[in-house]
Amino acid sequence: MANVLVVAELLEGKARKTTLCAVTAAKQIAEGTGGSFDILSIGEGAGAAAEELAGYGAGKVLKAEIAGGYTCEKYAATVAEAGKGYDVLVACASAYGKDLLPRVAAKLGAGVASDISQVHTDGGKLSYTRPMYAGNMFGTVEILSDKQVVTVRQSEFEPAASSGGASPSEDVAVQTDAAADKVEFLGVEVVKSERPDLGDADVVVSGGRALKSADNFTNVIEPLVDALGAAMGASRAACDAGYVAPELQVGQTGKVVAPKLYIAIGISGAIQHLAGMKGSKTIVAINKDKEAPIAQVADYFLVADLFDTVPALTEAVKKL
Amino acid sequence: MKILVSIKRVADPDNASKLKVSSDGTAVTSEGLEWKMNPFDDWSLEAALRLTENASEKNARVGEVLLVSIGPNDEHTQRIIREGLAKGAERGILVEADEGNLDAGVVSAILKAIVDKESPDLVVMGKQAADGDSNVAGTKLAEELGWPVINSAMNILTRDDGKTLEVKRELDTGVATVKVTGPAVITTSDRILQPDSVQNGVTPDDHQYAKLEVGGRYASLKGIMQAKKKPIDQMALGDLGVDTAKSLNYTKFALPPARSGETTFVEDVADLVDKLHNTSKVI
Ligand SMILES: Cc1cc2nc3c(=O)[nH]c(=O)nc-3n(C[C@H](O)[C@H](O)[C@H](O)COP(=O)(O)OP(=O)(O)OC[C@H]3O[C@@H](n4cnc5c(N)ncnc54)[C@H](O)[C@@H]3O)c2cc1C
Repeated sequence: MANVLVVAELLEGKARKTTLCAVTAAKQIAEGTGGSFDILSIGEGAGAAAEELAGYGAGKVLKAEIAGGYTCEKYAATVAEAGKGYDVLVACASAYGKDLLPRVAAKLGAGVASDISQVHTDGGKLSYTRPMYAGNMFGTVEILSDKQVVTVRQSEFEPAASSGGASPSEDVAVQTDAAADKVEFLGVEVVKSERPDLGDADVVVSGGRALKSADNFTNVIEPLVDALGAAMGASRAACDAGYVAPELQVGQTGKVVAPKLYIAIGISGAIQHLAGMKGSKTIVAINKDKEAPIAQVADYFLVADLFDTVPALTEAVKKL
Repeated sequence: MKILVSIKRVADPDNASKLKVSSDGTAVTSEGLEWKMNPFDDWSLEAALRLTENASEKNARVGEVLLVSIGPNDEHTQRIIREGLAKGAERGILVEADEGNLDAGVVSAILKAIVDKESPDLVVMGKQAADGDSNVAGTKLAEELGWPVINSAMNILTRDDGKTLEVKRELDTGVATVKVTGPAVITTSDRILQPDSVQNGVTPDDHQYAKLEVGGRYASLKGIMQAKKKPIDQMALGDLGVDTAKSLNYTKFALPPARSGETTFVEDVADLVDKLHNTSKVI
C-alpha cells in the first residue's frame, strides 16, 4: 500500500496544469497499491490554490504559504518534512519538478525516477517506465529506497478531471533551510501569451532555423499558429539564434509535447528534436529537403519552400 | 576561482537510435557506437573555462578547472578526460567504477567526497546525461553539500570578485534571475553557449565569444599537446569511502515502438489541407 503526496506547481497563485498530470499518476499509484493520495499546495497563494485543488479526490490538501519568488532551497525542507508521512512523492517533470524534487529526495534519502511515462503496480509492487537516450530506449525501474520520489512526463499523463467533493485542507509548517539564505531571487520575466500552453496544446506549430529571423516567425509562423488555435514551438537552432524565446524549444532539452497535430516547418528533425515531439499523433513536415530526417516520423511531408507555402496554408486553414 | 566539472562518457547521442537491448532484455547495448563526452557536460566545461580565463588574452588561464569522470578505467574514459584537458582544464580525476553500479545517488555521493577533498568554489555540471536523461545528480549533490543549486543556467555574471554570481536560469514559463553566494552547484542550459553568456570580471564584460552552434569550443593543437602532460589522478571507488548502495534498479529495457504508417508526400497545400481535414480529421 503506497500513500502518495503530490507536490503542486503554482504559477501566480494558481495551480499549473502540470499539477493535474501529477495527480493522475498519483491516483494510478494509490489505486494500484490500495493506498491514498494527498496534495501539497506550496508557494505564494498556496491557500487559494489549495481550494482549487480540493476537487480532485485527494484525502486532504496540505498548504504551505511561502511568499516571494521560488527557489528550490526555499521549498525543499518544507516539502521533505510534509513528505515524511508518505511512501511516494510525485510532481510533474516540468522545469520546476526537475529542480525541486531531487533536492527533496536527497533530504529524504530517496531514489528518484524522473520523467516517467508509465506507472506499474503489478501485484502491488511499484515500478516505472521512463524514456531514456532522448526517447530511443525505455527503461523500467524500481526504486529501492524506503521512500520513492517520482517526476512524471506531462505529455504521458492526462490532466486529472475534477471529481467534485472537497478535500479538507490542513496547514503545514514552513521549514527553514540554511541553503536558502545563499540564493536571493531577483526577479522573473514571465512570458505572457494568449495561446495555449505548449505542454498541453492540441496543435503545435514549430519553426526552425530556416525561418532566418524573429520577424519571419512573427509574419510567417504566428498567423498559422493563430489560425489553428495552436501553441508555438521551435527548434533549438531557432531559440539559440534568438528568433523566439528559449521556453518554446521542443526536444531533449526543451519541452516534450505530444499533441494531436504537430507541424514542423523548416526543421531538419535532429534526434534531439525528435525526442520532444515524436509522440505526437499526426506529424506534418514542411521542408525543402525531402531527405530531411524529419521524414522518419512525418505522416505528411510537403516538399516546398516554407516562405511560399506557409502563408497559403494559413489562408486555406482560415477558410475551413 | 577553482571549478569542478563532472564529465561522463555516453554512447554517441547522435546515433542513439542504433542502440539495442540485450537478449534477456535487462541491459542496453551500444556496440558499434563511439563513446563521446556527454554533450551537456561539454557545455558546462565551456562555462567553467569562460569563468576561469581571460578571453582577450588568448584565453589565458586565471583559475583552475578540475575534471572528474566516474566510469571504467579504460582508453575511452581517459580519452574523454584528455579531450577536456585539451580544451583547457588543468587536471583530471578518474574514479573507477562499473557503470552498472552507478545511479544519480551514487554519483552525487562520489562527487561529494571529491568536493570535500578539493574544496572548489563552484561545481558546474551537465543538467542531464544524454543516456539516462535524469536531471538529478547535480541537485542531489548540492543538497548533500548544503549548497545552493542553480539549474539550467543560461547566463552567469560574477560579482564581488566571484563571491557571488548573478545567474539567469530557464524556466518553463520564462527566465528567472537569482543572486547566489558560493560555493554552489550550477547546471547549464543550451544558451550557455551564447557569445555573451559569461562575465568573469577578468575578460572585458563586452567580450563576445565566437558563436557555438552545437557544443563547447574545440581544442587547439597546442591544447592537445599540452593535455598529454596534464595529470589524471586515478582512484578506486573504495578509496573514497562512500556509500555505494544504489537506490534505483533497472529491471527491463525496450526499444520504443516504431511509428505506424508510412510518410505520405503530399502534392501541395490543398492536398495537405484535404488530408488533415478529411483523412486524419485533425483540423
Ligand atoms: C545535447 C544536445 C541537445 C539538443 N537539444 C535539442 C532540443 O531540445 N531541441 C532541438 O530542436 N534541437 C536540439 N539540439 C540541436 C539539434 O541537434 C539540431 O542542431 C537542431 O534541432 C537543428 O535545428 P533546425 O532543424 O531548426 O535547423 P537545421 O538542422 O539547420 O534544419 C533546417 C531545415 O530547414 C530546411 N529549410 C531551409 N530553408 C527552407 C525553406 N525556405 N523552406 C523549407 N525548408 C527549409 C532545411 O532543409 C533543413 O532541413 C540539441 C543538440 C545537442 C547536441
